[in-house]
Amino acid sequence: MAALEVDNLVTEFDTANGVLRAVDGVSFTLAPGQITGLVGESGSGKTVTGFSLLGLVDAPGRIVSGSIRLGGTELVGRPETELRRRRGAEIAMIFQDPIATLNPLLAIGAQMRMALEAHRSVSRREANARCIEVLDQVGIPEPRARLGSYPHELSGGMRQRVAIAIALLHGPAVIVADEPTTALDVSIQAQILHRMRMLADETGSAVLWISHDLATVSGLASRLLVMYAGRIVEFGNTAEVLRDPRHPYTRGLIDSLPGTVAAGEPLRQIPGGAPSLSALPPGCAFAPRCPHADVDCAKPVELHERGERGWRCIHPLGPERSDPFA
Amino acid sequence: MSEPFLSLRGVTREFAPTLSAGDRLAARLGANVETRTLVAVDGVDLHVQRGETLGLVGESGCGKSTLGRLAAGSLTPTRGSVTLDGEPVRVDGSKVTTRVQTVFQDPFASLDPRMKVGAAVAEGPVAHELVSRHGARAYVAGWFERVGLDAGFVDRYPHQFSGGQRQRIAIARALAMRPDVLICDEPVASLDVSIQAQIINLVLELRTGLDLTCLFISHDLSVVRHVSDRLAVMYLGRVVEEGLAETLFDAPAHPYTRGLLDSVPRLELHREDVVAAEPISGELPSPLSPPPGCHFAPRCRWVEPRCRESVPELREIDGSAVARTSRCLRAEAVLVGMKALADDAAAAPGRVS
Repeated sequence: MAALEVDNLVTEFDTANGVLRAVDGVSFTLAPGQITGLVGESGSGKTVTGFSLLGLVDAPGRIVSGSIRLGGTELVGRPETELRRRRGAEIAMIFQDPIATLNPLLAIGAQMRMALEAHRSVSRREANARCIEVLDQVGIPEPRARLGSYPHELSGGMRQRVAIAIALLHGPAVIVADEPTTALDVSIQAQILHRMRMLADETGSAVLWISHDLATVSGLASRLLVMYAGRIVEFGNTAEVLRDPRHPYTRGLIDSLPGTVAAGEPLRQIPGGAPSLSALPPGCAFAPRCPHADVDCAKPVELHERGERGWRCIHPLGPERSDPFA
Repeated sequence: MSEPFLSLRGVTREFAPTLSAGDRLAARLGANVETRTLVAVDGVDLHVQRGETLGLVGESGCGKSTLGRLAAGSLTPTRGSVTLDGEPVRVDGSKVTTRVQTVFQDPFASLDPRMKVGAAVAEGPVAHELVSRHGARAYVAGWFERVGLDAGFVDRYPHQFSGGQRQRIAIARALAMRPDVLICDEPVASLDVSIQAQIINLVLELRTGLDLTCLFISHDLSVVRHVSDRLAVMYLGRVVEEGLAETLFDAPAHPYTRGLLDSVPRLELHREDVVAAEPISGELPSPLSPPPGCHFAPRCRWVEPRCRESVPELREIDGSAVARTSRCLRAEAVLVGMKALADDAAAAPGRVS
């Protein structure tokens, strides 16, 4: 059974400029032990999607419609007290900036014990044992000694490991990780990605890995969701999507990466910039930047599904039309 | 080889804490006052030929941005010299050339939010009499168009622009000074990938069109490789390897370069779940108390006792067909050993880049 099922989720923000639909009919499922990558650029709605899953969207934002089922239990519309009980225990989140997650005034051990006691009554000895266990799992050397350390005494990489350890404390069914390695150096990022891969296998947690970085996700996630202007425009097995993208936006993202053309050659860039959510074009939001767009793209775009793959484009790329930006 | 255009010779930059008499007394009494000197850049020799792009890579704290500021003449070296075309870029604590200009990572931080961007860009050229105050507006509008911005944007304020547009403004501001050398310090680090590609393409085009010499500083190896002719890799203030970009990427001769290359996520087209074992173990030591000998020794899998005894020289590698240097005592062995490893990896398909 799926660890998490999201169906037609819509999250909106009331602003002075009208209602902004940050998440527009997003559907996906997360399987236990599997890492799913959610990739998009700034403003695509990937972070709001993650926040919506945990019921962390604050006013003026709200989940307007749709369904989020955690292990079969519907979360949308449930009271805050119940969400609070599930958050941390059944579904946990890792943020980009661990300094914002960790309390600077408390030693690591103290805040980890608080996180444990929030959902379970445990003795101090049991609590310490569990803390040491998860700190060890995330690769922190001398975990027992670290319980007495304060966040400022740790490096950025170590702090992020602690944040991941806290997320693991209760063995949650689902972990939402929002750009957890973006602020880290590549050598430290590589260490944490390696660790995350092992942890998903060991713990059986379903992981939603939110990132702007297609290359990072490509080596980590077995399934990929590509988001643009609030919608998932393409999804499927990661390697298949990257090898044979159907949506011109996915193709454009891949081609924008250095290394896809010879050094010194111009990169195949996507023209223009991301659209404003307050002034989205009708139909396909990518149409103004898309080399294939025609009048039909202004009509609502259905999701096309073929087995495990899906895309939201009426002129999908295929063998006969694979290189739109050439 | 022709005479180098931009030259850094034995450049060292130290940052010593400013201590009051009270601080010194407190330190002597055992209080926790930082008295150590940080060596941000440690004896760097780098030479850039006219028209060449030298890429400078390294992780946070390696000294690459400090080196960029030294090369731009914005910072006085503690020891050593920086010259452009044989002339010093900085004399008596002041920058004395306009021929070196810098583009920084965060253009918003370098633009006054209350000043129209056109006026901000005009300040330098007017002050240095590259253009009259009267002609400044048209001059700046010309540069805006050159970097792909609407000429009418000169009357807007910084907050009215997207990140990519702001970076174009920052580039226009640097170019309006008519520099010979452009120092790009992480110019695309905070941009989305589709915008990043646009800015990289702009830099590539301007470099050729305006015959610029570039020092391109970035933590992102794939970006640096794409734009650079030659690369220098820095670790804790020192250059540990230098060579042609493709040589260095294909067969690195320093274990740190190798580890860094292996750490860079690549686009995996055929397999998922391929995150390899940790390419570099451990973390960066404190630059306030760097390890003795080779700074990388504590994290290095090729380490020998002699690596910790003295600082290895940056030296030519024996038997290499092209000029390249490495600061590793075992560079030749590393090169051979890693070539064998690389050949193994090449036998396993599935990676691009």
